[in-house]
Amino acid sequence: MKVQKRKIKEYLIEKTIFLSGITSIVIVVLIFIFLLKEGLTVFSSISPAQFLTGKNWYPISNPPQYGILPLIMGSVAVTLGAAILSIPVGIGSALYIAEIAPKKTREILKAGIELLAAIPSVVIGFIGMMTLGPLIKNIFHLSTGLTALSGSITLAFMAMPTIVSIAEDAITAVPKQYREAALSMGATRWQTTRRIVSHAARPGIIAALMLGIGRVIGETMAVMMVTGNAALIPHTILQPVRTLTATIAAEMGETVQGGSHYAALFAIGIVLFVITFAINGIADIYLHKNRHKA
Amino acid sequence: METKSQTIKFNIQQLNTWYGNVQSIKDLTIQVYANEIFTIIGPANSGKSTFLNSLNRLNDLTPGFKLDGTILLDNVDIYKHHDVESLRKRVGIVFALPTPLPLSIFDNIAYGPRMHGITNKSTLMGIVEKSLIESYLWDEVKDRLHTSAFNLSGGQQQRLCISRILAVNPEVILFDEPTSGLDPISTAKVEEAMLIFKKKYTIILVTNNVAQASRVGDRTAFFLMGKLIEVGDTKKIFTAPHEKQTEDYITGKFG
Repeated sequence: MKVQKRKIKEYLIEKTIFLSGITSIVIVVLIFIFLLKEGLTVFSSISPAQFLTGKNWYPISNPPQYGILPLIMGSVAVTLGAAILSIPVGIGSALYIAEIAPKKTREILKAGIELLAAIPSVVIGFIGMMTLGPLIKNIFHLSTGLTALSGSITLAFMAMPTIVSIAEDAITAVPKQYREAALSMGATRWQTTRRIVSHAARPGIIAALMLGIGRVIGETMAVMMVTGNAALIPHTILQPVRTLTATIAAEMGETVQGGSHYAALFAIGIVLFVITFAINGIADIYLHKNRHKA
Repeated sequence: METKSQTIKFNIQQLNTWYGNVQSIKDLTIQVYANEIFTIIGPANSGKSTFLNSLNRLNDLTPGFKLDGTILLDNVDIYKHHDVESLRKRVGIVFALPTPLPLSIFDNIAYGPRMHGITNKSTLMGIVEKSLIESYLWDEVKDRLHTSAFNLSGGQQQRLCISRILAVNPEVILFDEPTSGLDPISTAKVEEAMLIFKKKYTIILVTNNVAQASRVGDRTAFFLMGKLIEVGDTKKIFTAPHEKQTEDYITGKFG
C-alpha cells in the first residue's frame, strides 16, 4: 500500500509544519496572558488612569506611589531623540550604499555596519557612559552628563544598523528596469532615486524604520547605563530620565513575588507590549495601504 | 530611398563598442534620416540593441562598456557636446518588455514632464490625454487613470510606455523589439502607431521579426556579428539584396 504510506507521510509533514507555525503565535499569546495575570493585580490598589498619568514613581515609599508618566516620558524622549538622529542618517547611508557607492566601498561599508550591529549593547552603553557622558557634561556645563540626549545618541547608534541594512536591501531590490525606464526619459540620477527608487522601496524603508524604532524602545542595558535613571518628567533633553525598560530591569530583583511593586513592574511590561504592538500595527496598516496603491 | 534630399538625423561614423574585451560593434558607419522608420534586423548578438542603447547613451550605465567613434545627432556629437539628460529626452526608447513604473497610469505619463519642470495640473492633464490618444490607449484607460499601471494588460502596458515617451516630446523614438512579448492584435496596434508617428518623429526599430521590418520599415539594415552587412530601401533589401548573407537570413536559412 504505497499510496497509503505516502498519504500518511504527507499528513505528518503538513501537521508538523502547521505545529511549528502556530507555536510562535501560541507563545506570544501565552506571554501576553502571563503579563496580564501578573500585571493586572496592581489595579486593585490603583486605578489604570492613576497608574498611567501619575507623576510620581515611588515604589518603596509608604504608601508606595506607582505613577509611570515620568517613565513613559523618559522612553518617549529617548526614542524620539534617537529616531530624529538615526532616521535621516540611516536612510542617507542606505541610499549611498545602494545607489552611489562603488562596489568596493559598498562591501566595506556593509561589513562595517554589520559589525556595528554585532557590538553587544552593554559595550555600547559602557562607551556611551565613559565618553559621551563627560563630553555632554562639559559642552552644556551640566552637573551630570547622563541625560536623555546621551541616551538618544547611544540608541541612535544601535538603531542605525537595523535601519541601514534593511533599507539598503529594499533599495537594492528595486528592479533595474525602473531605473532604466526613468533614466531613459531624461531623469537625472537623483530624480530617479527620489521619485522612483525611493517610491518603489518605500514599504521596505518604512519596515526598516519601524524595526529600528522598535529596537530603541525595547533596548534596556545601554539605556540604563547612560540616561541617569531619574524617574522625573524631563523638561529638556539635557535632564536625566528613566525609561520603562530600565525601570523593570533595575527594580525587578528587589521586589517580592506577588507584591504590588512586582505587579506594577509587570503592568509596565503590558504598557511596553502595547506600545510595540501599536508601532507594528501602524507599520502594517501603512505597508498594506501602500501595496494596494502601487 | 524615397527622396535623396532627406535630412540626416543621426550620423554614425566608425562606431566601435566593447563590453570589457568583447567587441560588440565593429566599424559601423550609418545614417538615419529624419521622419523615417529605420529598421534593423539580424540574429541575436549582432549588436542591434547595443547600437540602440548607444544612441541615447543608456550604455553609459553598463560597467565595462567602451565606445569609440562619433555619433552625431543633428550634427552635434552626443558623447562630447551633449548633456546626457536632455539627450535622453530627445531620444526616447521603448524596451522589449513593457516597463511601467510602480505608479498610477497618470503618474507614469506625467513623470517625464514633471521631471522636466511642469507642475501645473491642467497642463499635465493635457499632456497625459494627448499622449494617450496618440498611442491609442486613451479610450481603454480614460476612466481609470489613477489606478496602478500594473493592472493593464501586456499590450496596454507597452502602449503606456510609448505614451510616456511621447509625453516628453522626443524627436527620435528607439524601439527595441517592442512587440516581442505581445499578441498579434497588440502588435498590429503598435505597428499602426509607428506608421503614424513617423510624420512627427524619427523611428529606429530593432526587430527579430523579419516580417515586421518589411511591413513598417522605410529602410532596413542587416547586422551580423556586430557588423553592418547591408543597408538600403526596405523593398530592395527584401526583394533583391546585394549580399548572400542578407538573403539567407531573410529567407530563414539561418538565424
